Amino acid sequence: MGIRERLSGNEAVATAMKQINPDVVAAFPITPSTEIPQYFSTFVSNGQVDTNFVAVESEHSAMSACIGSESAGARTMTATSANGLSLMWEMIYIASSLRLPIVMSLVNRAVSGPLNIHNDHSDAMGARDSGWIQLFSENNQEAYDNTIMANRIAEHKDVLLPLMVCQDGFITSHSIENIELIEDDKVKEFVGKYTPEHYLLDSENPMAVGPLDLQAYLFEHKAQQAIAMKNAKKVILEVAEEFEKMTGRKYGLFEEYKLEDAEYVIVCMNSTAGTAKAAADELRANGVKAGVLKVRVFRPFPGEEIAKALSKAKAVAVLDKADSLNGQGGALYEDVVSGMYNEKLTIPTINYVYGIGGRDTTVNDIKSVYSDLEKLESKPENPYRYLGLRGDK
Amino acid sequence: MAYNLQEVMANKPSRLTSGHRMCAGCGAPSVARMILRALKPEDHAVIANATGCMEVSTFIYPYTAWKDSFIHTAFECAGATLSGAEAAYQSMKKQGKLPQDKDTKFIAFGGDGGTYDIGLQSLSGAMERGHDMVYVCYDNGAYMNTGIQRSSATPRFADTTTSPAGSVVPGKMQNRKDLTLIMANHHLPYVAQTLAMTNFKDLYEKSEKAIYTEGPAFLNVLAPCPRGWGYNTEDLMVINKLAADTCYWPLYEVVNGKYHITYKPAKKLPIEEFLKPQKRFKHMFKPGNEWMIQEFQAEVDRRWQELLELEEMTNKE
Repeated sequence: MGIRERLSGNEAVATAMKQINPDVVAAFPITPSTEIPQYFSTFVSNGQVDTNFVAVESEHSAMSACIGSESAGARTMTATSANGLSLMWEMIYIASSLRLPIVMSLVNRAVSGPLNIHNDHSDAMGARDSGWIQLFSENNQEAYDNTIMANRIAEHKDVLLPLMVCQDGFITSHSIENIELIEDDKVKEFVGKYTPEHYLLDSENPMAVGPLDLQAYLFEHKAQQAIAMKNAKKVILEVAEEFEKMTGRKYGLFEEYKLEDAEYVIVCMNSTAGTAKAAADELRANGVKAGVLKVRVFRPFPGEEIAKALSKAKAVAVLDKADSLNGQGGALYEDVVSGMYNEKLTIPTINYVYGIGGRDTTVNDIKSVYSDLEKLESKPENPYRYLGLRGDK
Repeated sequence: MAYNLQEVMANKPSRLTSGHRMCAGCGAPSVARMILRALKPEDHAVIANATGCMEVSTFIYPYTAWKDSFIHTAFECAGATLSGAEAAYQSMKKQGKLPQDKDTKFIAFGGDGGTYDIGLQSLSGAMERGHDMVYVCYDNGAYMNTGIQRSSATPRFADTTTSPAGSVVPGKMQNRKDLTLIMANHHLPYVAQTLAMTNFKDLYEKSEKAIYTEGPAFLNVLAPCPRGWGYNTEDLMVINKLAADTCYWPLYEVVNGKYHITYKPAKKLPIEEFLKPQKRFKHMFKPGNEWMIQEFQAEVDRRWQELLELEEMTNKE
């Protein structure tokens, strides 16, 4: 039986990090993830962890130090948001190409500009092709649980990729909710020791990291990253199964909420799933067969599995909390429909870009989406839409 | 600290092997080899390298010229990258996750582009945080790897591909940044400026001090570039000596705030001696351009004087 607590999302992640007790944490403060390095430094100052906390002078240096540290053989973690991740951009690609299982807490916030500190997913979506595993969390409990599972996934020999655990800035990062924590000793046993095969500090076997990698090899190295990303899917499920045995909490690649008989389905990520579930419940009370598919694992993307889960729906709406500004549709929408295409699924599917810069998304907003789905023609006019935008949509 | 070049060469094999692809007459590899020779043979090293000539010439997959552990990530972050490796070492050693009887030293190499310019913040942060590491700038006075573009280390009037000496603008119009003083003002335990001269004594001794002084240390080493500077490859050591003898590149160290000039030329040579063998300064010797040489000389004199004063001021009883 776990420990009942009340924590914010940031506190939950910091608590998970304390229990994981990484060798090094290198981080730079940025709203709304600042509290994570703050709480963590307190653990360091009070001797509650063995971690060496590196208070770097920028996010670029945070990721550079994480790469140096993880290459050296140390289990390494960090946290950031929005522009912090943007500043890391060069280094996150290098982290994944060096196959370093760094774990990051990404507290999602709108990427500038103009400047906005509130939640959307533009930071995570910008990193979707960077070779990082991306897990999304509906609430503080999931942010905590995903963090506890993160090292096991990232460090698996068939994976060896960095991983980011996403949660919604302020909406979950700063909201205090009930949470069930796992006992310290159980976490320690579950996460286990980090035992890299090769590392810089192995003085008996010196290694060289980060070559000039030209035409003869880079393609193969990139393909190996792609294979590792595919492998991650299986590992994520195996780790989730073990996690369920420990906690009773079940995790998959995505969550199916009232999907068995659902005619109208909303696909979304993070905290919006909670709002969508509430809307679906209200509509079901009125006889509308509404369901929600909440994507937990965005990278690797479970396109085939999602398509199968949607196969019985009459109409689908995919909600993107970031606009790709590509004239075609949001990132989640495009991935979902390409998965559906491969499964020869031709259900009418539309896209809503919503919640940009922290614009509130209410139960009524979500209900309007279900209502649109009920009226949706077989070949929808303008599948790329906005939800909650003032003026013409 | 007895130093004998023959003994050092005989007893301490090079930790940067031959077969790398640096140019003939380049100052950087001889500097790197000598610095690594200052390591105790029993000590392991983790070497970080900023993107630049040295990195792309010494570690082309699947070959490496480095015998120690080596990491390259990107251009501007050798300081931060190595600081992470050092943080890992401190943490793991303290936790008993590494052998207690084995020491690892941390050395970063970056060119002036990766150090004076794009990597200055990363370097400053790593030094301020007090990591036990040495950052070595091999200063060749321009972005040589991308084809001789000006940097903030490029001396005034130098002809580079982004400060070409033209009919209106005579090369780079700004004086060079003084990075060694910037680092000295970080109040580090050890900062030094050196080059590979005569029997490498100055370079070797400063390297040894930098590596074995606890805490952050910075070495700024002049590393002439035959392509960028336009000298004959066999003249590398001549150019180095002239840089010291004209006081263009003073050799000094700052130990816990005290300045000590380690080489005062018996006869300070006029700056023309250093400028003349280099094609990048050719236009300065055209009739009518004497003012350039005068102004260059005046700046060298001003900085040399400032250094003499710093030495005097910081060594008062």
